[in-house]
Amino acid sequence: MPELTPGQTVGPFFHDALPYAGGGELVPPGTPDGVRLHGTVYDGAGDPVPDALLELRQADAQGRVPRIEGSIRRTGAFTGWGRAATDADGRYTFTTIEPGGVAGGASFFALTVFARGLLDRLFTRAYLPGESDGFLAALPEAERDTLQVVREDDGSVRFDVRLQGEGETVFIQFPRQRG
Amino acid sequence: MSSVVNTVADLAGQGDIDREIARAQRQPGTAQPRLDFPPYRSSLLRHPTQAPRHADPEGAELVGPVFGHTDVDPVEADLTVHHAGEPIGERMVVAGRVIDGDGRPVRRQLVEIWQANAGGRYAHQGDQHPAALDPHFTGVGRCLTDDEGGYRFTTIRPGPYPWRNHHNAWRPAHIHFSLFGSEFTQRLVTQVYFPGDPLLPLDPIYQSITDPAARDRLVATYDHDLTTHEWATGYRWDVVLSGAHATPLEQEDGDDA
Repeated sequence: MPELTPGQTVGPFFHDALPYAGGGELVPPGTPDGVRLHGTVYDGAGDPVPDALLELRQADAQGRVPRIEGSIRRTGAFTGWGRAATDADGRYTFTTIEPGGVAGGASFFALTVFARGLLDRLFTRAYLPGESDGFLAALPEAERDTLQVVREDDGSVRFDVRLQGEGETVFIQFPRQRG
Repeated sequence: MSSVVNTVADLAGQGDIDREIARAQRQPGTAQPRLDFPPYRSSLLRHPTQAPRHADPEGAELVGPVFGHTDVDPVEADLTVHHAGEPIGERMVVAGRVIDGDGRPVRRQLVEIWQANAGGRYAHQGDQHPAALDPHFTGVGRCLTDDEGGYRFTTIRPGPYPWRNHHNAWRPAHIHFSLFGSEFTQRLVTQVYFPGDPLLPLDPIYQSITDPAARDRLVATYDHDLTTHEWATGYRWDVVLSGAHATPLEQEDGDDA
């Protein structure tokens, strides 16, 4: 088997390369059934992280995962992928739709987290309210809570990412990622 | 911690960092960066303290995003042609092949790069160190891999640059690379370095990969066959993403599963 190429931090200078106009808009703002997925990325001191980047992968409302181009130059078709940097207050926003469960599984947003100071990317999941599966159910309650979005009064869903310390987000390693 | 590194008088010197790196590397080597790597000061408050939880990928995690020619214009692979004049510096081709952990080519997938100019300055508002901006170089590129997983960029060799990790800290010359596989789980962001750079042993980001053979995989190779007559030097750098979990058939059928 070939040996895996190691990762490195995204560093502080990715803003002109990775984020792009409309990157966080999987559907146009104002779309019926659209939802805002948003939150703040925090460091171990509880301070917001203004130089983080999140990527989102998800199914459509029927639980189908699109395999179509058009995520960078959006055409209006739902591609199920987006990218958003945090702002000066550590906040990110995606405009999207709520995913359906794929093949009878739980409904969640799959997220990748990058930041200056973070030496490799992290994976996590943001489950919709009331959703669960074997993975989530097996976690202690405090850890489970870190993977569930919070429904806000305005109908949006909030998912904060805590890189370290109290309430640290549960991050996921998949079987084939480490040799 | 941040107050410590913000005061010049209290900043660690390169000798301190070298000793910290050596101490960290007395432990068994890791083929991926150690997220908790104190010589890289910015990692102190930004690494998870809990080990990651293991999960089998499900649903959207089994399907990578798809990019195509509506997303990426072929001219984006040449970083030297986006302005009225030629950029300053050594024109360079960086090319290679992206495969997955099973040796399969990663076809028609997005590769993104960003880098400093020949003087070690990023065209980014966060980089204010006193080296010249090049009006003819932005340092950002994209391409799609071909059917063999091949990619190719034309660019300028980046310069090393100072940063504030410790006193007199300099990053080795590098190009940032962002890569996708056929599955969401194969995502990779990394940096590629150049052979013989004297700053590599001193750099806490590079040295956070504590297995020397794994570190070496981030160093491009000079390739005279990629060098072109009276035009550009050539460097080869191949990439291996992690393996996919779904079989190719499942990947085709996944959206109906």
